[in-house]
Amino acid sequence: MKPNFEQFTDIPGTTIFTMEMAQKGFQLNEFCMSLRTQENRDRFHADERKYLDEWDMSEDQKQAVLTRDFQKMLDGGGNVYFLSKIFAAEGMSYVQAVSTMTDMNVDEYQAMMVAGGRDIEGWRSKKERGEA
Amino acid sequence: MARIVAGIATSHVPAVGHAVDSGRTEDDYWRPMFQGYEFSKQWIKDNPADVDIIVYNDHASYFGMDIMPTFGIGTAGKYEICDEGYGPRPVPVVMGHPELSTHLAASLILDDFDMTVLNRLDVDHGLTVPMSLMYGQPDAWPTRVIPFPVNVVMYPQPSGERCLAIGKAIRDAVQNFDEDINVRVWGTGGMSHQIQGARAGLINLPWDLQFMNDLIDQPEVLQHKPHLEYMIEAGSEGVELIMWLIMRGALGDDVNEVYRFNHVPASNTSVGHLILTPKD
Ligand SMILES: [Fe+2]
Repeated sequence: MKPNFEQFTDIPGTTIFTMEMAQKGFQLNEFCMSLRTQENRDRFHADERKYLDEWDMSEDQKQAVLTRDFQKMLDGGGNVYFLSKIFAAEGMSYVQAVSTMTDMNVDEYQAMMVAGGRDIEGWRSKKERGEA
Repeated sequence: MARIVAGIATSHVPAVGHAVDSGRTEDDYWRPMFQGYEFSKQWIKDNPADVDIIVYNDHASYFGMDIMPTFGIGTAGKYEICDEGYGPRPVPVVMGHPELSTHLAASLILDDFDMTVLNRLDVDHGLTVPMSLMYGQPDAWPTRVIPFPVNVVMYPQPSGERCLAIGKAIRDAVQNFDEDINVRVWGTGGMSHQIQGARAGLINLPWDLQFMNDLIDQPEVLQHKPHLEYMIEAGSEGVELIMWLIMRGALGDDVNEVYRFNHVPASNTSVGHLILTPKD
């Protein structure tokens, strides 16, 4: 069966982690995996730039990490489960980190979740939203 | 002869693990969700089994992108707990059942499912949070466990058809195991949630409830649901629900619904939970 990596591009506000994206983000995600030990977390936090320079990542990917721009990390082939190692190491929850990718602040985002989450109406298709 | 006595489906939200580990299950935010599992904790005490086959996914905790098995099976005697970026969860080590694991892995491979055999594996919240929900905080887990990790993180994930089929093959393999033991199969993850991008926070409860109904009544139809539909309707991470089809396949054609629970939200997620038993 011929793979269709493009089929997801019409979903608004969503970056699907395809095998192609995984290729693009390999080094970024490898860096994230390295944060599974306290020793590496300490080294990273002591000098982030120096630690990132040990990885064969693009400058864009490094800047995204340094500025904690999670959307930019996704665009660079990062996957949120990998990226969670960055924010978990800082004591940040998924709700806190995830809210930064939306147009809400964390309190607004948490209020939306407690009220039942984001309603799917209007969020199925970029074409429907006039974004395509 | 071994037999499959029940199937359990449950979400495996990491924040639920934090709530258990930090003693916050009675907080206003968490109490309604944990109350929904009180029935299940009693039920599992009243209906003990020997082995739990837990279908789950690793969340970049043990497997990075170096090796990404589509279907894996643990064959070890024990499984340590992963450090997911904040140290390992303070839960007991997970003890395996190498004899049944080996039998299962070999059976599945001979049935044309090309399993990745895992003699070494650490397990993450995908496996330990469901155990905390069902067993609470014991000093040692009451059953032997066979971890059954599935790639649901990177597209292409296995198809729904393949998941249902491998569940049926698990059923056959368990029934051909020459030891008189009771086995449960767990399908974990889901339900609707999206934890990335501008659309993060998506919850689609009507879709989740329909998924539960179809899982029980017409898995043969549900198996054909494409990944794209999961990702649009249940969020990019809602595709984890294909793992519930493996559990369902292991239960045979008809099931009894013992228990059902839904709660929104836990962290970013629509929590869903089922206990099913085979009818024959
Ligand atoms: Fe998960």
